[in-house]
Amino acid sequence: MTNLRYNYFPGCSLERNAEAYHKSSMAIAGPLGLEFAEIDDWNCCGATEYISLHMLASYAIIARNLAQAARNSPDNGQASAHDLVAPCSACYLNLSKCDKYMRTDTDLAEKVNLALAAGGLSYKPGSVHVRHLLDVVVNDVGSSKIKAQVTRPLKGLRVAPYYGCLISRPGLRTDEHDPEYPTSLDDLLECLGAEVVDFPLKTHCCGGHMTQISEGTGFELIRQLVKGAADYHADMIVTVCPMCQLNLDAFQSAMNRYFKTTYHVPVLYFTQMMGLAFGQNAVTLGIGAELVDARPALAKIGVEVPPPPEAEGAPKRKRDDKSLPMPKMSKQADAATREAKP
Amino acid sequence: MAEGAPSVPERLSFLDEVQARTPGESRLLMCIQCGTCGGSCPSGADMQHTPRHIFAMIRADMREEVLSSNTPWYCVSCYYCTVRCPQDVHITDIMYTLKRMSLVGHSYDSSTAPDFSKMFINWVENYGRAFELGLMSQHMLRHNPLGVFKIADMGIGMVTKGRMAFTPKRIQGMAGLKQIIAKAKELEETHD
Repeated sequence: MTNLRYNYFPGCSLERNAEAYHKSSMAIAGPLGLEFAEIDDWNCCGATEYISLHMLASYAIIARNLAQAARNSPDNGQASAHDLVAPCSACYLNLSKCDKYMRTDTDLAEKVNLALAAGGLSYKPGSVHVRHLLDVVVNDVGSSKIKAQVTRPLKGLRVAPYYGCLISRPGLRTDEHDPEYPTSLDDLLECLGAEVVDFPLKTHCCGGHMTQISEGTGFELIRQLVKGAADYHADMIVTVCPMCQLNLDAFQSAMNRYFKTTYHVPVLYFTQMMGLAFGQNAVTLGIGAELVDARPALAKIGVEVPPPPEAEGAPKRKRDDKSLPMPKMSKQADAATREAKP
Repeated sequence: MAEGAPSVPERLSFLDEVQARTPGESRLLMCIQCGTCGGSCPSGADMQHTPRHIFAMIRADMREEVLSSNTPWYCVSCYYCTVRCPQDVHITDIMYTLKRMSLVGHSYDSSTAPDFSKMFINWVENYGRAFELGLMSQHMLRHNPLGVFKIADMGIGMVTKGRMAFTPKRIQGMAGLKQIIAKAKELEETHD
């Protein structure tokens, strides 16, 4: 069987903050028969920031990536040859929106090409087909092939499928699906053996950059989502976007402090869940980089993740001698009480 | 008009200007004031005017009131309103247009959100890539220095888990990218 080949646009987040997403995407590619070729010297898509300041320049920098991808097309003669895959929902939205607007607004296309020409490039609208990684996994690989790879079903794990806003929306997709209540990620996670929660907030926004602009606004959106998942007794939220992961995971403790709550809902990428179900090693999948500890949830499916180096050994108490007399528990007794808790 | 009175320079109405500065068709004129947008908006509660209200204000030529409002800067760009609008008004795109227009005359008096965008694109314009650590520390130091302590555990967590780069990455084709950006900005200005 020949592999399906795609151009790949990782985006800035996947280089560092969401490296786990990149690692796990690469790890599942092999078993699924997917090959990804990173496009040459790509630049930032501008997220939601560039377009807030400059209209034409924002489309021009996005189009530079489309131009690079068009030059880079793997010539294997397959339908996927001109497909550009983005795992990041913001990159996916920007790239596909730019292509669509250039197709429908000839004035915009002309001006963007004038700008590109200054850098020795050009882009013919419609020559690159932008797709999100979830779409490729669900529609090009398909459930039967995915099921065939499952060696460690995610049995007993309750997951909240979280699509976020940007892949679900604005009719930019070629495959029409429900912009408010998609089910492809639900089906995929079921395929992996997980117990999928019917998550009503599945396409609600995580707030994007709002934590940096207005804490109250940003944290409230994070709270709703984390609470939503917790209310449905989900062991974890499964996401398809690095911005959603960052907000729900890295800002969860700050959100808890802000609202005086104690939520603990780990947030992993769908590619990590696939890798786990395929029996892959947790560390290869970048598991352990999340700030909300996913180990207790993963223990349910028998996955052991080595503890982070700084957590090894008990913390040293400086004031041991002078502190108030407190009952000290032996390690075994401590472990027993922990287990006894519901 | 009395003879000899200074001629009024021809100027686009605010409504025309918003439409002209939005790529493609904004469909702003199609708004039927149903309020689906505001009802769907995740940050609507924190906006001074809901999107529906803003559209009525644009049609009423209330330029200053619209451009000084926090509404566009509180748009989280989730496109919920856009997919739900029964009239297919390109609401998110219009919010971006309003953000850009509000910066021209410095109408919006809070610099927190505009500065975030400016700092973000500064990294892109000089390196070709975003740089999270640089952006967040720069922005927090200017707008919320005490916030650094509040999220210190997060920052330490991100660093110890290897999720923060300490140096930005520069793309090879930086010279070309700069030329593309310069040309686009020049074209955008001549369009005005």
